[in-house]
Amino acid sequence: MQIPDVSSKWENEISTVKIGATPEEGGTRKETVTIGGQTAMPYLSFEGSIPNRPVTAFEVWDVRPESWPEVTKEPFEEVLGEPAEWSQKCEEEYDPDLLCLRLKGCDPYGKDRTPEQAAKTVEKVLEATSLPLIIWGSGDKDKDNEVFTLVSPAAEGENCLLGTITEDNYRTLSALGKADNHKVIAESPVDINIAKQVNTLALDVGFDLEDIVIFPDSPALGYGIEYVYSIMERTRLAGLKGDRLMAQPILANIGGEVWKTKEAKITENEKPSWGNHRKRGPVWEATTAFMYLQSGADLVIMRHPKALKEVKRHIDRLMGDDGKDSS
Amino acid sequence: MILIGERINAGFSDVKEALKARNAGEIRELARKQTEAGADYLDINMGAVSKDPADMVWLVETVQNVVDTPLSIDSQKAEIVEPALNVCESKSLINSTTAQDDKLDKLIPLAVEYGASIIGITSGKEGAPQDVNGRLEHAAKIFTKATEYGLGVEDLFIDPVAMPLKFMQEQASNLLDSINQLSNISDPPPHISLGISNMSSDASEKSLINRTFLVMAMAVGLDAAICNVFDEKLMNSVATGEMILNEEIYNDSYVETYRMNQ
Repeated sequence: MQIPDVSSKWENEISTVKIGATPEEGGTRKETVTIGGQTAMPYLSFEGSIPNRPVTAFEVWDVRPESWPEVTKEPFEEVLGEPAEWSQKCEEEYDPDLLCLRLKGCDPYGKDRTPEQAAKTVEKVLEATSLPLIIWGSGDKDKDNEVFTLVSPAAEGENCLLGTITEDNYRTLSALGKADNHKVIAESPVDINIAKQVNTLALDVGFDLEDIVIFPDSPALGYGIEYVYSIMERTRLAGLKGDRLMAQPILANIGGEVWKTKEAKITENEKPSWGNHRKRGPVWEATTAFMYLQSGADLVIMRHPKALKEVKRHIDRLMGDDGKDSS
Repeated sequence: MILIGERINAGFSDVKEALKARNAGEIRELARKQTEAGADYLDINMGAVSKDPADMVWLVETVQNVVDTPLSIDSQKAEIVEPALNVCESKSLINSTTAQDDKLDKLIPLAVEYGASIIGITSGKEGAPQDVNGRLEHAAKIFTKATEYGLGVEDLFIDPVAMPLKFMQEQASNLLDSINQLSNISDPPPHISLGISNMSSDASEKSLINRTFLVMAMAVGLDAAICNVFDEKLMNSVATGEMILNEEIYNDSYVETYRMNQ
């Protein structure tokens, strides 16, 4: 009996987004990173092509991250608070595809660093490293608009990925990104309708579909991951079916979410029955990333070196690059 | 919805004059504007102005000079359709064949040969039946012939024939029933299309009748329409209908987004 072919054929291609610029392209990055471009659901290579691998970014803060659990600070102890050195260490020792600089120090309810200080930090990080860069604001929309007014031109030509634009705050960052040739992260809070709306707004102010990466939020395993799993899957299905405003690569911020959870943070001393927290935390982070990669994430932002290593190996396996016969 | 722009039709006086005088500018403008308005196909119809295949080829080439939108070759004569298909640069649509053997046996093989789609209208020797069963019988015949000739179901459109509401008011509900049943003829079903503007022929509220009937028909399975894509209210109704049917993901600017996606 012949087995029927049940594979799906899709009409549309996910947009290709390139991050970073080499000296020939007007930047200073050694290499660029390209995500998207697939014509199939995640890893179903028999249904279409998957020209670009999912990629990893490693998280660096502009200030010493006091809120991080000890186990995530330990690997970087000597460079915390020194973002250029910290970034350099990440690039040299852990080999992520990109770096993600979080400007948490600019938070007006925190250290309230100035836009000038933030721009200086960005310049130093770009000088100290050669990987493409994601620059992510503090999360305070008014302050972020001020900060990016100096940060975006400071990184002009580097084709960074700037974050984030939202439904009620997109004009400033969109205009800056457009002026300085950066890409943007379009953020929506666990809501596919808003995800589509933010993309529509970004297009309205002049962005191209190739300039946008969707961030539908990415709660940790145990904290609503199934909602966003469905959203990512539905977004990708709509994109492949022909909805061009849902056909952008997807980003998941793994480390920032996972290390807020008690399952990742609590030490073995506090909860002996939960086992060794030095293993448990990174496993929680890696497992959360595995789930999002499976549902369509093209870019995952990681925090712990062990989790990053596992995720890179997992991507190799998913893409059939681990040297093992997958049949 | 697959929207087939109806405007390049020599039944309209501007197109009639342009075709007679071979005025390419007028035709190109209609092609460009319909494409911008969101047409997925452009129907090309010579009306009663010409029976010369060379005129159809000229229209096709004229349109292809400005847009790469797929074309719907509106003729039931193989001697007109084939030369036109021969110069079509993208996937095209034959509009149309009836359920009569002599037409089916010429036009469906042409569709297969040129990789085109085809509309089969539920009409036979005695014209178009008005009842549901008559429509379904013709549809079944078209479907069977298409299968025999190896035409993929995705390339078959069945048109159950829209009749003017003003003169045949009872027809509208028959038509809706027919669409509903046609959408179960196979899994997946063929496309189901209608010439929507026929509904409002000679009526006072043309646009309102067209768009109201269109969304009612969408709800029971219509997925293609030959229509006036310049009718903004009709286009907004299509956008809303697709969203209500959950074929598009809702967003607050969904009407604008629908246009962006065209």
